[in-house]
Amino acid sequence: MKKNWPLWEVFVRSKNGLEHRHFGSLRAADAEMALENARDVYTRRNEGVSIWVVESKHITASNPKDHGELFEPAQDKVYRHPTFYNLPDDVKHM
Amino acid sequence: MANTDLYNYILGIADNSLILGQRLGELCGHGPNLETDIALTNISLDLIGQTRSYYQYAASFSEEYKTEDDIAFLRLEREYRNVLLVEQPNTHFGFVIGRQYLFDVYHYMLMDELQNTKDDTLQAIARKCIKEVSYHKRFSGDWLKRLGDGTEESHQKMQEAINGLWRFTNELFELTESEDAMIKAGIGVDVSKMKEHYYAEVSLLLNEATLQVPERKNFTSGGKKGTHTEHFGYILSELQYMQRTFPNMTW
Amino acid sequence: MSEKEVKNMEDIFEARIARDEKIEPKDWMPEKYRQTHIRQISQHAHSEIVGMLPEGNWITRAPSLRRKAALLAKVQDEAGHGLYLYAACETLGITREQMYEQLHTGKAKYSSIFNYPTVTWADIGAIGWLVDGAAIINQVPLCNTSFGPYARAMVRVCKEESFHQRQGFEIMLTLCNGSSEQKAMAQDALNRWWWPSLMMFGPTDAESVHTEQSMKWKLKRKTNDELRQQFIDQTVPQADILGLSIPDPDLKWNEKEGHYDFGAIDWDEFWQVVKGHGPCNKERMDARVSAWENGTWVRDAAMAHAEKKEMKNRKAG
Repeated sequence: MKKNWPLWEVFVRSKNGLEHRHFGSLRAADAEMALENARDVYTRRNEGVSIWVVESKHITASNPKDHGELFEPAQDKVYRHPTFYNLPDDVKHM
Repeated sequence: MANTDLYNYILGIADNSLILGQRLGELCGHGPNLETDIALTNISLDLIGQTRSYYQYAASFSEEYKTEDDIAFLRLEREYRNVLLVEQPNTHFGFVIGRQYLFDVYHYMLMDELQNTKDDTLQAIARKCIKEVSYHKRFSGDWLKRLGDGTEESHQKMQEAINGLWRFTNELFELTESEDAMIKAGIGVDVSKMKEHYYAEVSLLLNEATLQVPERKNFTSGGKKGTHTEHFGYILSELQYMQRTFPNMTW
Repeated sequence: MSEKEVKNMEDIFEARIARDEKIEPKDWMPEKYRQTHIRQISQHAHSEIVGMLPEGNWITRAPSLRRKAALLAKVQDEAGHGLYLYAACETLGITREQMYEQLHTGKAKYSSIFNYPTVTWADIGAIGWLVDGAAIINQVPLCNTSFGPYARAMVRVCKEESFHQRQGFEIMLTLCNGSSEQKAMAQDALNRWWWPSLMMFGPTDAESVHTEQSMKWKLKRKTNDELRQQFIDQTVPQADILGLSIPDPDLKWNEKEGHYDFGAIDWDEFWQVVKGHGPCNKERMDARVSAWENGTWVRDAAMAHAEKKEMKNRKAG
């Protein structure tokens, strides 16, 4: 048999209230092992309170080639940001 | 003297952690995969940490030894009280997992009960340990299932390891005089009562791992009374090497 | 793509790096950039896991429980660092198994320092103090390198590595404050590890083939000789604190330059070890290869079990 352990992506919540963040990858034969390995590899220094693992092949990623059509149209939509709107200096807390 | 019994009782628990931690330490850098290497080292680190807590407590009232290291490194072979199971060699990964699982199930039950001890220090240690040991058991149990159920080769290797280690399991539940005394004092755990529960739990997992449960006979023991297997002298020769070669120094 | 188009892409690519933009795995990159990074990152990863061996050699013999735990944790960190780096390298389209294959067949290199033996406990101190000290100097600038996954791995590595050098220095300090035997052990370790540590920065600038390209891609910020000088300048005062003497009769402070002058490095020895003829090259490779080969049945079993379990789940579902 010549099948290698698949690659998994590890997401860790550092503390409650924060989102899970991508921490890195590892190899594991199954989901339980991926979770255990993630705990042993990425939370040795008390870095986490919750872990997600997902096999890397299940992630669909955008292609950098599409950067233009995907992301540039958002660059000129300045009205989505609060600084777009002019308010008199007297108005506080808005 | 009550203190001697308590001292012996603590060492009876602590020496298991020390020797198993030492055995796992031999593997660091030689595991089947980086991830597994890291995991086994974590277990070793937990065990060494536990050892230090126990020895520090024992040294606090021992007349003979002043520090955790005196207790760890300066005793004679016959004075170590660990069970024979934990000193068995890392013959192959199946033995590593088998030894770990057969010990973890016992260790978990012991820590679970030890949380009810009248001794405050032991209680505090047990409360911390139980979380570590709970994870060890999960890790070794998962691996035992993988190896038992995996390939024909792994199945056969795992069965070989279980068969080879089985004869050391009964010793876990034998009571020494110090254990008897500590049970009476409300400090010690009566491990002899955990035996049926232990074999039931282990058998269940072995079945799940498609492995045969060996017969409960032809057991051997002695470690708890300081009569070890021939492997033990070699463990000590590494463990004690520095302290024996350069006595009375600080490191 | 035509040659001209490629050239154009390369210009855009180099400009991005010059602007301090990061390159991510799916971005277009010149083939040479990919190959150089595969080579450097995998070599770095290999160094971490081969580096586990000389120090792992002392885990069972560590002189106190505290030292045993610290050493275990350190060697474990190295496994972790190897893992982060292999994962970073895998994003470039090579698998960990392929990298192992290159290591095991001698096609890939690793840091030569790990081909020296650890013969006394003081060597564990000397490695932490000198080898990790040199490694940190080499590695810190990489936290800012152009390839995103490598830079991120290095941030994590550097953060974790900071205790390693302190641990080593503390071991040395304890020895130097100890008995005459202990102090002699420390001096002996320094004598043996000093020159190999200087060699860790690689050949002199005049001999180094990769420097210019590496600078452009931010795989390097300073030249080998500059880094070596930095290491010497920061380490000599530390040896003074320990009360140890650096085994170099030509070492002396150069007031005018504001640096230490030092003696000639034995480059014949360096190349000898790089080419595989150091004291422990064979032992290191044998240990890695046998760990991997003895683990085959374990890895296969885990995979087989996972597949069976998935089949069962599918049937049940």
